[in-house]
Amino acid sequence: MKTKLVGLFVIVLLLLIPIISNNYVIRLATMMLMYSVFAMSWNFIGGMAGYPSFATASFFGLGAYAGALCQVNGVPMFLAWVIGGLVSAVFAWVLGLAILHLKGHYFAIASLIVAEVLREVINSATGITGGGMGLNIPVLRMGVDAQARLFYFSMFVIALVTLAVSAYVSGRPLGFGLKCIKQNEDAAGMTGINTTIYKTTAFTLSAVFTGGAGAFYASWVNYIDPEDVFEILISIKPIVMVLMCGAGALVGPVIGAGLFLFLEELVWRNFLTFHVGMLGLMVVFLVIFLPTGLLSVDYRKFLKKVVR
Amino acid sequence: MAATLFFQVLVNGLVLGGLYACIAAGFSLVWGVLNIINILHGTFVVIGSYSAYYAYIYLGVHPFISVVLAGIILFIIGYLFQRGIINRVVAAPVLITLSLTFGLDLFLNNSLLVVFSADYLKLNLANPLGVLQFAGIYVPVDRLAAMVLALFLTCLLYWVLEASRIGRAIVAVRMDREAATLMGVNAKHIYAVTFGLGALMAGSAGAMLSVIFPISPIVSTLYLSKAFVICVLGGLGSVAGAMVGGLVLGVVESFGGLIFGPEHAMTISFCLLILLLIFRPTGIMGKKGYE
Repeated sequence: MKTKLVGLFVIVLLLLIPIISNNYVIRLATMMLMYSVFAMSWNFIGGMAGYPSFATASFFGLGAYAGALCQVNGVPMFLAWVIGGLVSAVFAWVLGLAILHLKGHYFAIASLIVAEVLREVINSATGITGGGMGLNIPVLRMGVDAQARLFYFSMFVIALVTLAVSAYVSGRPLGFGLKCIKQNEDAAGMTGINTTIYKTTAFTLSAVFTGGAGAFYASWVNYIDPEDVFEILISIKPIVMVLMCGAGALVGPVIGAGLFLFLEELVWRNFLTFHVGMLGLMVVFLVIFLPTGLLSVDYRKFLKKVVR
Repeated sequence: MAATLFFQVLVNGLVLGGLYACIAAGFSLVWGVLNIINILHGTFVVIGSYSAYYAYIYLGVHPFISVVLAGIILFIIGYLFQRGIINRVVAAPVLITLSLTFGLDLFLNNSLLVVFSADYLKLNLANPLGVLQFAGIYVPVDRLAAMVLALFLTCLLYWVLEASRIGRAIVAVRMDREAATLMGVNAKHIYAVTFGLGALMAGSAGAMLSVIFPISPIVSTLYLSKAFVICVLGGLGSVAGAMVGGLVLGVVESFGGLIFGPEHAMTISFCLLILLLIFRPTGIMGKKGYE
């Protein structure tokens, strides 16, 4: 009951943002929702199934390029987002069948390298994608304010759908099976869970919304290039967000995304030339001192200590 | 003509491969012994290159001599990183260790960017050793010397692991940490030494590479990804595997560049990596090392 109330409150707050604040805050809020989509998506494979996936950047970039190419060729914007998500999902399904039998370090590296390969491929397919020169997406014919709100609400819907699917999956046999795989894959297989199908499904789920968000991003910023959308940091960020709030939890990723964006913006503003380094320090700090997440800290105990 | 071209490309590949082997040997050592993917490795190589560059510009020390200097600097950096930070999570799951070295790399690489800027530097030797010509095949002697030195260092690492006290201790900790500790081996110290040795190899390779490639903090990912590919190619955790993998990668890139154009050399090696991971994740040699 209490969590439901908090959730309702947060949703109302998020819906109020475009009414009560300026475009800068709306932009930040859109970004936060996008980050939470990344984090929730990563949570399917990384949190529930426990596979260290670094593939977020490839799903994002692929979705961005698929959506952008659709839009350039006259497909309506919303349909382009759906196509972006689907392209990423199909790609993840095939890729998952190929690399999900790898464990630990090998899986991490394979998923990491995929983004590099995609980047190189898109970079060299200059005829279709514009290569390193990037791709311009047609600008919407509407006012700046209206545009900001349109994109905000669109991202809100995407995030809500992602959250709903996460909640649905985590309560179903699929979610349960994934948690079993996380604990002991061989034992999970022994009890009749088809681990390959489960893992691949989780991988695909983690791709579809990220890809949709990628296509969304392309329409939002009107210009993408391979260096930007296949940026390795895109793969790291969701992991940091989830680590902040403890892996596997349902709303953890959302809170983590908000917290992360706050810190990122803080670092950006104060350390322009060193923000990546500060981000690195943040990651180090988190991993060393709070490996189970900020939510795992017992705040009452902590406060008592401070007060005394 | 065709035969000459073939051998020329082959020689180019082997020369490059020797240097790759040196980069990958340290990476493979850390991965094999500590079970940590050291994302910092590429940045270590770049630091080695910078040390050699500035030693040459300000002190006039030839890069092949500053291999030692770069090695010592990087050993100290590596030892301290491991002893101070990474040792805390050494037995943690992949996600934790990988995120940690990622974070450290973001920090270190960004620091390099701030200090040295992203501009490419090129070390031009005042009196290069010239070019060797044999049956229509050209080999710059500097590159050849760098390759020989790199292979020598890799062999030296092999010897250290096989025959020295510290090397035996490293292998012992790799095989069974508890048992090694009971035999009086200080595991934390050994971990730090191992990481330091990995960094040393990276730094020495960087010093040699400074004669050949332009230097900039942004090329670190390139070296890192090569180390990945080689480790998977040669099989994880053995110096011999790194050597074979390095030479193979050098040759593959060389021929791939000839056939598909040099801009695709990276893509080829990455595709090779993914295919290998799918079909043969134990590498060409197919055995585990250090045991």
